[in-house]
Amino acid sequence: MASIKLENVSVSFPVYSASTRSLKNRLIQSATGGQIRADAISQRISVVQALQDINVSLEDGDRLGLIGHNGAGKTTLLRVLGGIYEPNSGRVEVQGTTVPLFDIALGMNQESTGYENIILRGLFLGLPRKKIRAMMDEIAEFTELGDFLNLPIRTYSAGMQMRLAFAVSTSVVPDILLIDEGIGAGDAAFLNKARERLERFTEQVSIIVLSSHSEDLLRNMCSKSLLMEHGRVVFAGPTDEALEHYRAMRGW
Amino acid sequence: MSTGTQHGESSLLIQLQHGLRREQIKRALHDIRAGWDRRELWMTLGLQDVRQRYRRSKLGPFWITLSMAIMVLALGLLYGQIFGQDLHDYMPFLAVGFVIWHLIASLVNDGCQSFILAEGMIRQLNAPLSIYVYRVLWSTLIAFAHNIWVFFMVALWFGVDLNWNLLWVPVALLVLLLNGFWIALFLGVLSARFRDVPLIVGSMVQVLFFITPVIWKPEMLPGRALWLHLNPFYHLVEIMRAPLLGQAPALANWLPVIAITIVGWSLALFFYSAYRWRIAYWV
Repeated sequence: MASIKLENVSVSFPVYSASTRSLKNRLIQSATGGQIRADAISQRISVVQALQDINVSLEDGDRLGLIGHNGAGKTTLLRVLGGIYEPNSGRVEVQGTTVPLFDIALGMNQESTGYENIILRGLFLGLPRKKIRAMMDEIAEFTELGDFLNLPIRTYSAGMQMRLAFAVSTSVVPDILLIDEGIGAGDAAFLNKARERLERFTEQVSIIVLSSHSEDLLRNMCSKSLLMEHGRVVFAGPTDEALEHYRAMRGW
Repeated sequence: MSTGTQHGESSLLIQLQHGLRREQIKRALHDIRAGWDRRELWMTLGLQDVRQRYRRSKLGPFWITLSMAIMVLALGLLYGQIFGQDLHDYMPFLAVGFVIWHLIASLVNDGCQSFILAEGMIRQLNAPLSIYVYRVLWSTLIAFAHNIWVFFMVALWFGVDLNWNLLWVPVALLVLLLNGFWIALFLGVLSARFRDVPLIVGSMVQVLFFITPVIWKPEMLPGRALWLHLNPFYHLVEIMRAPLLGQAPALANWLPVIAITIVGWSLALFFYSAYRWRIAYWV
C-alpha cells in the first residue's frame, strides 16, 4: 500500500554567491556590522522560492504527470517526493519504497567492469548484494552485451552503457517511482525490447510521478497531471486538459 | 520562481530553530542508523575511492604502503640525526606515530569533503546522508590497513617488544574511528555551507603535525607538560601508539580521549540535527 500526501509544501533555496559562501566574508561582515549598511543590499542572500503551497495526494495506481516549462519546479517537487529535499514548511507523508530515477546511470563507475557496475548500480537502488547476484544472469542476458560485461565500461559506447544502466534500473520494482524526463534506452533495435520491459516494469509500480516535456509520453503514461508555473500548481486534472492549459499559457 | 531577499544570519537562525525540534533530532539519529544498514553501498564506494586513486598503476594501492615507507625512512634518518636519537628507539616511534597521524589527518581532512564530494549523489539519491561519512571512514581505514605494515616491518627490523598490550590496538582504533565519525559529520556539514572550512582545517592540521609529538618525543620537551596535555591530538595519537610500542595504556591519555569523544559526539549530533536537512540545498 503506497501513498503520497503533500500538504502546503513550500521550498525555498538560498542562492549563495561566491562571496557569501566564504567564512571570511561572513566574519568580516559581522565584525564590521552596522558600518556598511549602505551596502546592505549586496550583502543579502537571494532566496529562490522553488515551490509554494503544493498540495498533492496520491494513492495506489496513480500516474501523475508534471507539466511546466524549465524552472517551474518540477524537479524540485520530484526531489521533495523522493525525500532528498526536506521542505521549509508543510507536511510530507510518503509511504512505500521510493526510487528516484533521475539519472539511470547514477553511480556507475567507468573503470569497473559491466558486472561490477550491475552490482554497484543495484546497491544504489537499495538492493542487497546477494539479491543482485541472484538477478545477475537475467540482467546480463537482457543487455545482450555478452563478453563485454567483463570489460571496464569506459570501453563501451554511450548506447551500450545506456543498455546496462537501463537493464539494472528496471530490474527492481519499487512502490513509488519518480522519473525526470523519461527513461531513455539506446538504439532502435533495442528500443522495442526496452519498451516491453519498461511497460512490464511500470505496470508493477504502484505510484509513478513523471516529469516530462514530451506530450506523447505524458498522455500515454499519466491519467492526471499537474501544470506548474513559478513553483505553484496552476492546474490539476486530466492530462489532456492540463496540456491544453499549458499550450494556451505559452500562446499556441 | 519568484525571488526575494533575506538576511543570511536570520535564515541560519530560522533553520536552527526548525532543526532543533524533537523530530529532527530523531531523524538525525535514524539517519545514522539507516546509514549503517546501507554498509554494502558505502563499503563499495569507499573501496572504489581508494582504487580510483591508483587505477592502472602497476603497484596499485600498494603505493600507499610504499610512499609511507619512503616517508618514514627519510624522516627517520633525517630527524634521528638532527635530534641525535638512537635509531633503534627512534625509528619505530616515528613509524608508528606517522602512520597514526596519517590516519587522524585523513579523517579530519577528508571528513571536510564528505558531503561536498558527494554533491551529485546527494541530489539524486534518497539514501541517508550519513553514508557519505561512513564512506570516508571506510576509505581511510583501508589506507590505514596498508600503512600499518610499514610500522610492523620497522618493528621487526629493530626488534620492538610486541606484547599483549597489542590487544589494546583494536580498541584504540575503534575509538579513533568513533572520533573520526563525529569530526567528519561536524566538519562535513560546516564545509558544505562554508567552502573555506576545508582550507582552514587543512592548514591547521599541518601546524598540528608539528605541535603534536609525532616526529619528536614528549621527553624532548621537559617542563612543558601542560601544553602537551592540552593538545587533544596528543592523546588521540598516544592511545594507539603506546600499545603498538608494547607499553600499557595510560589513564592520563584515555580519560581525555573519552571526554573528547563524548563532547564531540554531542556537539556533532546537535549540529547534524539542526542542519542535516539543509545539506542537500547547500551542496
